Amino acid sequence: MIPELTSIFAPASTPARSIVDLSFFVLTITGIIFVVVAALLVYAIVKFRGRASDAGSEPPQVYGSTQIELAWTVVPILIVVILVAATARVIHAIQDAPQPPSALEVTVIGHQFWWEFRYPQLGIVTANELHVPVNDPARPRPTVLTLLSADTDHSFWIPQLAGKTDLIPNRINRMWIDPDRAGVFVGQCAQYCGTQHAKMLLRVSVDSAEDFDAWSKSQQQAAADSSAVVDGRRVFETAACINCHTVRGTAANGRFGPDLTHLMSRATIASGGADNTPESLRVWLRDPDAIKPGSLMPAMKLSDAELDALVRYMQSLR
Amino acid sequence: MASDVMAMHGAQTDRPTWVETLHAWVTTVDHKRIGLLYILYALLFLVIAGIEALVMRIQLLSAHNDFVSPQVFNQMFTMHGTTMIFFVAMPILFGFGNYLVPLMIGARDMAFPRLNAFSFWLSAVSGFVLYFSFLGGSGLYGAGTAPDVGWWAYAPLTARAFSPGSSSDYWTIAVLVSGFGSVAAAVNLIATIVCMRCPGMTLGRMPLLAWLYLTMSLMVLIGLTPLSAAQLMLLADRYLGAHFFDTQAGGSATLWMHFFWIFGHPEVYILIIPCFAFMSEIIPVFSRKPIFGYPVMVAATVCIAFVSMSVWAHHMFTVGMNSYANTFFMITTMAVGVPTGIKIFNWLGTMWGGRIQFKTPMLFAIAFLFQFLIAGLTGIMMAAAPFDWQLSLSYFVVAHFHYVIVGGILFALFAAFYYWYPKVTGRMLSERLGQLHFWLFVLGFHITFDPMHFAGLLGMPRRIYTYEPGRGWDAINLIVSIGAVIQAVAILVFVVNLILSYWKGARAGKDPWDAWTLEWSVSSPPPAYNFASIPTVASRRPLWDVKHPDDPDSRYE
Repeated sequence: MIPELTSIFAPASTPARSIVDLSFFVLTITGIIFVVVAALLVYAIVKFRGRASDAGSEPPQVYGSTQIELAWTVVPILIVVILVAATARVIHAIQDAPQPPSALEVTVIGHQFWWEFRYPQLGIVTANELHVPVNDPARPRPTVLTLLSADTDHSFWIPQLAGKTDLIPNRINRMWIDPDRAGVFVGQCAQYCGTQHAKMLLRVSVDSAEDFDAWSKSQQQAAADSSAVVDGRRVFETAACINCHTVRGTAANGRFGPDLTHLMSRATIASGGADNTPESLRVWLRDPDAIKPGSLMPAMKLSDAELDALVRYMQSLR
Repeated sequence: MASDVMAMHGAQTDRPTWVETLHAWVTTVDHKRIGLLYILYALLFLVIAGIEALVMRIQLLSAHNDFVSPQVFNQMFTMHGTTMIFFVAMPILFGFGNYLVPLMIGARDMAFPRLNAFSFWLSAVSGFVLYFSFLGGSGLYGAGTAPDVGWWAYAPLTARAFSPGSSSDYWTIAVLVSGFGSVAAAVNLIATIVCMRCPGMTLGRMPLLAWLYLTMSLMVLIGLTPLSAAQLMLLADRYLGAHFFDTQAGGSATLWMHFFWIFGHPEVYILIIPCFAFMSEIIPVFSRKPIFGYPVMVAATVCIAFVSMSVWAHHMFTVGMNSYANTFFMITTMAVGVPTGIKIFNWLGTMWGGRIQFKTPMLFAIAFLFQFLIAGLTGIMMAAAPFDWQLSLSYFVVAHFHYVIVGGILFALFAAFYYWYPKVTGRMLSERLGQLHFWLFVLGFHITFDPMHFAGLLGMPRRIYTYEPGRGWDAINLIVSIGAVIQAVAILVFVVNLILSYWKGARAGKDPWDAWTLEWSVSSPPPAYNFASIPTVASRRPLWDVKHPDDPDSRYE
């Protein structure tokens, strides 16, 4: 069985579905062209193969035929006209679709090598794992993504939800999705963006309306503050972590790396580089290159005790 | 005194010393020798870039493999792409053009022999400049670093912030200098074809190869110029504080994309048109018929040249152009399929009613037709912009352009090698090794590139050094890597054939294929002056007229 996880032929959203419809149309036409032309080629090769009986004699010398040339010029032109018309409709339908005011706005910012998601309507900032609500046709709530880049080019691609759109510095791109079922959809950065382009993975969690509301409520909270992890918090605040990371409600307000306020609500770390377990978190904090060589997070040379404290602090960020 | 006598004696023997031979080759301005230098140089880089491809395929054998680091992998695909385009495909095609065009139009040399040598040495130097980066391109990391920006070198990856050190400058300089070489070679070809044709050879009687090289050279003039301009702008960004592409200072990343692809797409046709030229010479000879619809073939070629200048942004369907721009480039891209289709039909028409001889050149030509057909049809799929939003930047694209470049261009080049090797060396390539090479390469090609389409449809992006298991990519990548090894073996057979046949091959004589164009009227290899007396032609197939004085072509044209 072919996994459907990232297949473009297992759509779960309108843009992806209209692309599949168009692709079947194009595949059918190109398939017919292939069968016809390949059959003619095979026929010519078999039928007009040289035989021993030819014995050096030459076949009739034919130089061309205006009628035939005309035929095989006009027919392809007609096919092209049909393909152009069908394609133009889909371009228009996807790119120029009006969005209802109820749409959820998310700003996606590409970084080397992770994703930042900001929800201006909800006041949420998170990373690498996008949460969006299921779109209910009765009360449409599609998600409109505004795509920006903090450094190099990236490309946002969840094959089951939509085609890809690039994130380019100094440029504002937009795309939209309206997922029709709950579930986790995966993809990854599609535009080469530097050393760790391969481990810039992307997860989209499509939640039911209730789940999404619950998730956004919990994300709006400031970071949990527990006196039990005060050692780890001190390491975090003194080891330069706060220069790049934000933990809302604390002194940490860096924007170079992912917002860690609710780190434990995410299933992975390092933009999908590893599962979010205490063990891999510890490996990551000790030496990011062990998981993602070339990642921009430096190894802070922490002692084992500091690492343990820091991991405990991270674990408290629910 | 005695030694002088000895030296005099040495100079008078028939066999020159190796120093004299080397000197003669390095200082040559003979179009045939320069052509061969181009070809040998390109074959060397073909092997190097092939090894880079193998490194990538070993790394991608299985998910989370760690054969090479991401840094090395990124250098490998950058060098593989850059080398294959600028230091294999371009020089080898100029090499064939250099060798064949004067012979086929009845000229004794190119229009500007010294410029010709200059073009070659520019290309040669630029290739070595690029590879010197492995030693001298040290960035901040100590050891040599080849460029790792991809062969498109998209801004702002090439900005100082993201490419410290000088590795990407080696890329820039190499591409810039090889671009000058290509422009000079194109000027030379145009001048030669326009001015040096033998008496009787009107434009309408030129071999199609000359027409196609003329078109290709004009495209080089138009296509390479923006690339060179962009390289200069990039250098200004990096060293003079300009901000063309430096996004951190307000520069534009998409500007680079436009500059690159307004070169990059015509470039595809610059590479494939000479291959159409080989097909248009080889298919008629082995079908024993003249090319079907010569004027239409010329018109279709010129039409491709024009239309292909306005399709570049189909490489940029995902950068967020508005729906009107996307529609425009979708239309032009689909339109270019029409003249390309006409060419395939005309080759079919040439074979139709012929007596096809399945010699090795024709085998490669037939495989070219099928593979180029598929490449064209996957091209139509990606021209449908929304479909491309899914396919672009995925392995589907990698499969598509390797279908064009390997399945099309390289197969056509192999056909050309088997066809013209006897003319160049006076010896036939071994048919037996040729057949082995052909079948191994067909097998390796399809095992490598057919499954890549499916990897793309299953969402695998290109340019990733590792991938996640469980997405349906594992088995595909394993198969692809096996195919790459088979291709490598086939190339080895080819190289062995080239070397062995040079000494052991059967004598070719003037005209082993019973062909019709002027290069087959002179000895193999041709004398330095090509033609003892300049020929006069009366039709597109002068040797047909000679062989069939009772029924010459000139009666029908």
